Amino acid sequence: MNTPDVRPRLLKLLTDIAADVDPASVAAEAEFSDQFDFDSMDQLNFAIAVHREFGVEIPERDYRELRSLAGAERYLRRAAPQTP
Amino acid sequence: MSVEFRLPSLGADMEYATLVEWKAAPGDVIKRGDVIAVVETDKGAIDLEIFESGKIEKLLVSPGVRMRVGDALALLEGEPGRLKISPAARARAAALHLVPDAVAGSGPGGAITLDEIERAGRVTAPSAPSAPVAPAAPAAPPLRDLRSVIASAMARSKREIPHYYLSAAVDYAAARAWLDAHNANVDVTLRMLPVVPLLRAVIVAAADVGGFNGHYEDGEFKPGTAVHLGVAIALRGGGLVAPAIVDAQAKSPATLMQALGDLVNRARSGRLRSSELAAGTLTVTSLGDQAVDSVTPIIYPPQVAIIGAGAVGERPWVVDGRIEARPILTLSLAADHRVTDGRAGARFLGRVRDLLQTPEKL
Repeated sequence: MNTPDVRPRLLKLLTDIAADVDPASVAAEAEFSDQFDFDSMDQLNFAIAVHREFGVEIPERDYRELRSLAGAERYLRRAAPQTP
Repeated sequence: MSVEFRLPSLGADMEYATLVEWKAAPGDVIKRGDVIAVVETDKGAIDLEIFESGKIEKLLVSPGVRMRVGDALALLEGEPGRLKISPAARARAAALHLVPDAVAGSGPGGAITLDEIERAGRVTAPSAPSAPVAPAAPAAPPLRDLRSVIASAMARSKREIPHYYLSAAVDYAAARAWLDAHNANVDVTLRMLPVVPLLRAVIVAAADVGGFNGHYEDGEFKPGTAVHLGVAIALRGGGLVAPAIVDAQAKSPATLMQALGDLVNRARSGRLRSSELAAGTLTVTSLGDQAVDSVTPIIYPPQVAIIGAGAVGERPWVVDGRIEARPILTLSLAADHRVTDGRAGARFLGRVRDLLQTPEKL
């Protein structure tokens, strides 16, 4: 997936889950759990949101790659492009 | 005849709520469980459900008004003939300005007898007939923050409830294998979190071993007729609520996961329903995402038990005489000594542990 607008879409998903997240202050490489106190339910919700927004299948073993903004971008770049 | 809808209990140490908006209007036909108003409480905005069915006759309070638990909010035209009460008892209730549906009937088919109305009349302070407009609560204290609500409920628990504590290490390998198999076969929207088998095991064990599911009120234990499973949910920015998954005993692991997801999301960013805040009969608190081995939890009054779970961690464990690395979960139980003893607690905790060894049967 090489859409240039992945980051703003990911940031929107993040703020949908945690309304208090300031998109401007997200550190790309820092894990959501450290930055925003994400727990396993938040992580799962983020994976579900990424699945719905980008139309990618996300096996459970790949969850760890979605723990940060940059990680999610790398994951989507590798994922086969699919029609949402 | 008219039935008053009163502000229901919203959980331990929640006495006041402010009406934010009505979700129903005079003339609307409503049924039990419908949301008829939104109220602001110490725990945030709550969807207020009604426990009667009928037609709204009149709204008694306006948005912005502070109410105390028990205050009348609206008048309903009750379903005719629904309330079993003799004509003599009904007339006497009217003379005493009593709301007959607040009186527990013990006559045939739960009918309310004249005697019961007389007795209720003696214990109810004489008061003016239900005023068409509910008085605002001028002396109501300001809304407390969530921390004060937690402090108040937990201080009451530690003051009133003689807790005892037990813990047990549980091999979580079978539960984890079952989860992995389930999660590998469904897409991300249907996957379960590791806490789900535990919740399900606690629900089943609560039905198998008596004395842990219910409320302690008026000096006695009142067993729950259903398991309304409270789940401690940490809020972003601090604080904690423990709303209940209502009728959890009727839910499969998959529907339990859906209910849990819905509850957590609404606790954090939406609105909880009034029944969820007050209904809990037994609570689970999991710190599985944190780096802790075990929790020594505090009972949420008027409940009588709470199960705590630490993080699942790889530990050396003896299996068939050999040491293996296994995923181990330390479960703890805090229970009310006025209701049960350690032996019963050990049976309850042991039942949860055993159920987790055959998760496919959950």
